[in-house]
Formats: sequence, structure tokens, C-alpha cells
Amino acid sequence: MTATDIGDRVAGRAAARRRPFWTIPRRDALVGYLLVSPQLAGSVLFVLLPFGLVVWYSLQEWNVLAGTFEFVGGRNYEKLLADPNMGAVLTSTALFSAGLVVLNLALALTLAILLNQKLAGTTFFRTLFFSPVLVSLVAWTIVWQFLLQGEGGVNGLLAVAGVDGPNWLRGEGTALLSVVVVQVIKNVGLNMVLFLAALQGVPRQLYEAAHLDGAGAWTRFRRVTVPLISPTILLTSIITVVGSLQVFAQIAVLTQGGPGMSTTVLVYYLYQQAFQFRHFGYGATLSVLLFLIVAVLTLVQWRMRRKWVFHES
Amino acid sequence: MKTKLAALTLSALLTVTACGGGGGDAPAAQGPQPLRMTIWTSNEAHLKLFKEIADDYRKTRPETGEITFDPLPFENYTTTLTTQIAGGNPPDLAWILENSAPDFVGSGALVPLKSKIQNPGELVPAATKLWEKDGELFAYPFSTSPFGVFVNTDLVKAAGQKTPQELIKAGQWDWEHANEINKAVAAKGKHGLTIWDFDYKGWDNLATIWRGWGATAYSEDGTTCRFNSPEMVEAMTFLHTMIFKDKAMPAPGTVADFFAGDAAMVVAQISRAAMLEDGEFGWDLVPLPAGPKGEYAVIGQAGIGVLKKSPNAEAAADFLAFFTDEANSAKLAAYFPPARDSLLTAETMAKTSPLLKPEQLQEVVIDGIETGVVKPSHTGQAELAQTVRASLDALWVADADVKTVLDGVCAKIQPMLGA
Repeated sequence: MTATDIGDRVAGRAAARRRPFWTIPRRDALVGYLLVSPQLAGSVLFVLLPFGLVVWYSLQEWNVLAGTFEFVGGRNYEKLLADPNMGAVLTSTALFSAGLVVLNLALALTLAILLNQKLAGTTFFRTLFFSPVLVSLVAWTIVWQFLLQGEGGVNGLLAVAGVDGPNWLRGEGTALLSVVVVQVIKNVGLNMVLFLAALQGVPRQLYEAAHLDGAGAWTRFRRVTVPLISPTILLTSIITVVGSLQVFAQIAVLTQGGPGMSTTVLVYYLYQQAFQFRHFGYGATLSVLLFLIVAVLTLVQWRMRRKWVFHES
Repeated sequence: MKTKLAALTLSALLTVTACGGGGGDAPAAQGPQPLRMTIWTSNEAHLKLFKEIADDYRKTRPETGEITFDPLPFENYTTTLTTQIAGGNPPDLAWILENSAPDFVGSGALVPLKSKIQNPGELVPAATKLWEKDGELFAYPFSTSPFGVFVNTDLVKAAGQKTPQELIKAGQWDWEHANEINKAVAAKGKHGLTIWDFDYKGWDNLATIWRGWGATAYSEDGTTCRFNSPEMVEAMTFLHTMIFKDKAMPAPGTVADFFAGDAAMVVAQISRAAMLEDGEFGWDLVPLPAGPKGEYAVIGQAGIGVLKKSPNAEAAADFLAFFTDEANSAKLAAYFPPARDSLLTAETMAKTSPLLKPEQLQEVVIDGIETGVVKPSHTGQAELAQTVRASLDALWVADADVKTVLDGVCAKIQPMLGA
């Protein structure tokens, strides 16, 4: 061992001391990972894993009673393409979602604008319109089931006005409309509050400036209000579209998918196939389809935001 | 890194799948083993009786733990039961409805019972037919319950009509006369005829009407749809007229509860008599009215099976044998007509059915079991029922064309009958 060797080793040790394993960036990274790990574990356990399982089940034929679990590859997907009910189910789903989203957003925005005025009683009405959001969904729906009967409260009110109301939940068109309206009244308060918050964030001076420039009420709404609350419109439309595709309890209580197939939306059809008809594999296939529809719609809205959402271009 | 993550996810996935899908038998635990039976009644009188029998059983079987009776709502009974099985939480014993009998018996989900239960030879063949496969019995037919008509005699008399009992004596108890009574009661502001659990959805309960016309849902071998047969068209036309023209039956979407005194009659099984214990109106139980094809009877059935997936299947079968032995069958006969020949006499049943008179037991129950046909059932009945329900919805409007709607039902379900 030469003096040079010894010198090198001493230098090496000093270098090792200078560069410990737990460098500051590494420590930061560890802390970061530790902080996100509960959320990450939750996502893996309750989102990714179930999703993986659903895809896995969609490739199986699972007979619960016989206790058999057989890999069938793409057979459930072939069944999906050949399913004679799919047309009716997708039509109901599209009509339901479109009706719900348009009615919900339009009503929420209108209410928010009305309740954004500095008038007496606005707090009372804000509470009134928001309160259904807090009511138990099933209790709410059961009460509406009674109100919408042929001789129920809704037709009783119409009769006072001299109108002979239809049997709401038994007509193919009126049943879908009824479920949409019951759901809109239940949830419109949530979007209304979001819109109210956005409206209150619009600076007053912009309206004053527009007013001085000679803009009328409609122009002020279109050119000032809408652009400035557009991020909220994007948010509410995404959550309402996604929510509309997941409506189940209302249909299970009010119509059970009928009359005919008029209110059999995709989620309800999925439930029927998986749990009532015990086609768990096919039910899983339908949930993969539902996931794809939700994912595509959300992606499209997200992509389109650059075209119309303020601050996003 | 990505590959590692993917491998990790996949292995986690496979582990969970193996746990969830495989469903291997759990090793028997030590100590007293509890048993759980899913049922669809939540009637207090029924539950009290079950509990008494269970307590008697545990007196001599220290190795058996708590025996619980788990009521599930009737409308979703089979769905909830199969979801429990799929979720790896099967009950040890389960009531099984006649409409899902072919699925449960055919799938091999149940433990064979012939060697376990007491004196199986005495069970009436009409009652065991639905629960047998290859000469083996897969569920004990604990309730073979004919449909009868409960009548609110106060409402009938108030409408100035003859009671069904008077019509029976005059040999006039048929659907035409029954309809006249219901029309008269409805005209007075109450409701006429109701059919238990029908509500324009549970169409299999309509068998209690269409059998009077000799109609059936499927052919005997189950391969042909019979909804558009001339008998069925005639029966459904009668029903449609009764609802929409005569207003003798509450229209779709109207809630009318016979047991709360809202309606003149309800077609239901005799186990519903328990709901009349505190009845505040005069009532009677009579057989179904005669149809154009004469007198007939329809029975609903329920079996109790032991799930193969239960870790305590052996103990469960032993309890079932006790629950359905002659002594306990006699007790259960108060609400659930027994399938044991020796118990099927008006005298025996009268001892345990204080709510029903001997002639009611003879006319409705005993005669009904001997001549009755079981409500419609078929392999894959849940999907068939739903498809028929969706097609039949077109019938429940005032201007429906009965024949066209029924042709539509057959067009939809014939491919599913697999002929």
C-alpha cells in the first residue's frame, strides 16, 4: 500500500461524506411521497383495483349459483354489439342526460342570476332552493312517487287550474321527463350555489364600463358575465354530465326502467343484467362501456375548454 | 419502473380475484356455529314462531350458536340473495321463491336433502315437483300456499252487493259476478279488486286470473310462448276491461291497500291472513272465482334450501330437518300450508290457524293444493319476467290493443325460450 493509495482512499471517504445518500432532493421526494401515499393507496385500492377487476370480470362468465368462473375472452363484448336492447338503452341514456344537463344548468344559472340581486328575501330563497340537496335521495324520490301518481298531488294542482294531468310515471315520454325533473329539482341547488359564487366574483366595474359603452342587459350578460363565469360553467357541466350518467336510485324507485324500456338508462340496465339476471360478466362489460362513455365525454369537454373558457385560451 | 408497477398491480389484482372469485370452503371454526336463514317475511307473528322453533332446537344442540332469520324485502329478494352469494357472504339457509326455483335447483347451488329430512315419502308430489332434479330433493317445500280472495265484507255490503259467500252458495261465484261487486264498491269511492304484489309489474301474479280462462305463460315444456294464445287474449281482454272500462281495479300508478281497508278484495296467499289479525273491518277468505273454464286454483310456493357455499352446510341441513319435522310443520301450518300429507286435513290445520274457519281451510287451502297449478317459472325467469314486464307495459293504457301487445310479448321472449 503506497502513500498515494492511502491518500486516494482518504479523499474517497471525504467525497462519500460530501455526498450522503439522503440528499436534500431525495429527502424532499420522500416527504412528498409520504404525504401523497394515503391518497395514492386510496386511489389504487378503491379506484384502480376495482376498475382492473371490472375489466377482468368482463372477460369471464361468472355463474354465481353454480359457483363457476370461466374465462370467455371477448364473448361478452360480442354480446354487447349484438344486444337488441342496446339501441333503446343508449337512446334513453342520451335523452335522459341531455335533458338533465340542459335543464339543470339553465335553471341553476337563471336562479343564481335572480338570487344575485340585492333584494329582500334572497337568503330565504337561496336556502329554499338549496335545501333539497341535503334531503335523503331515496326519501325525496319516494315522496315524488306519490306526488306523480295518476291521482297524486301534481295532478291535483293541475286540476285546480283546470288541466287534466297525465299518469306521469306510466307514459313513455312523461316517465322520462318526470325522472329528469325530479332529479333536477333535487340537485339544481348545488349548481346554483356554484354559479352564485362565480357571479359574485365578477368585478362590478366591468358592468359599469360596459354600461357606459352603451351595452344593454343582454349584451352585458353575454359579453361580461358568461366569459367570466365560464370556468364555473365548465366545472358544473362536467359534474352534471358525469352525474347524469350515474343516476340509478331515482329510476329504481320511480319506474324500474319502464314503461317499456323508456327509462332503462345504461346504469340501470347494467344493474339488471348483473344483479337481477345474474349475468355478472356482461354487467361488467356494460360498466366498461359506461366508463368509456364518461371518459370520452369528459375528455371532449376538457379539450373544448380552450375554445370558450376564459383564461384557458 | 413502469413494468414493475404494472406487474405489482397485476399480481394484486390476481390475488384479489382469487380470493373473490374462487370461493373455496372456509375451514370450520371452533365453538358454537351460528346459522343464518334469509327470509322475505318481516311479519312479527311469523318471526316469533321461527324463533321459538330455533330456541327449541338449540336446547338439545349446544354446538349450534345463534340462529338468525334475516328478512330481505320481497321485491328484491332473489337479487339481494344472489348478491350476498356473489359477495362471498351466503346465508346458510335461504327461502327460495317458486320463480327462481329452476335456477337454484338446476345450478347445483343447493345441498341434496332427501336423506336429511324427516319422512320425505309423505311430502305431496305436487309440492315437491318444482324442487326435484334427478330424483333428489334440493329444497324443502315449506309453503305451498294457494291463492284465495280476501274480501272486505263491510265494503261489499255498504255497496249493496251480495257477499262472495252468498254467491258461492248460489253457485254464482265467478269473475263476472266478482267484477260486478268490485265495480259497485269502486263507484262508491273506494277501490275494487287488487292483486297482491302485482302493481302492474309483477305480472306472474296475474296467473291467478288467467288460469280461469285456461291460459298459461309458457307451454308445458317451457319452449313456446303462450302469451298470444286465444285463451290468454280473452283473459287479458277481460282484465283490461275491468281496469279501464269498469274501473273495478285501481288504475296503474294508484296505491290501494286492502289490508288498510282501501279495497273490496285482494287476491293473495293465505299467509297474508296474519295481516288481518288486528283488522278493523269484517273480512272473509274465499276461493278464486270460477272462470269460463270452470273452477281452478293457483298456488305460490316457497322452498327452504341449504347453500352448498355455507361453511356450516351440515349443521344447516340438520336444523332444516328439525324445522320441518312433523311437529314443527304442524306449527308452521298456521301461516304456511304444509306439504306433509298427514297434516293436510282441515281438522289439523284448524288447530293452528285460528284466523281461518275450517271451511275456508278446506275450500281454499286443501282443495287448492290438490288441484292448483304453480305460478309461472322458467330457467332464467328473472330476465324473462323483466322482458315480459317491459312489453306488457303497453297493455296498461286505456286504448291498448290487447292482441297486438300480447303478440309483441311473444316476439320478444320466444327467442329467449330457446326453442
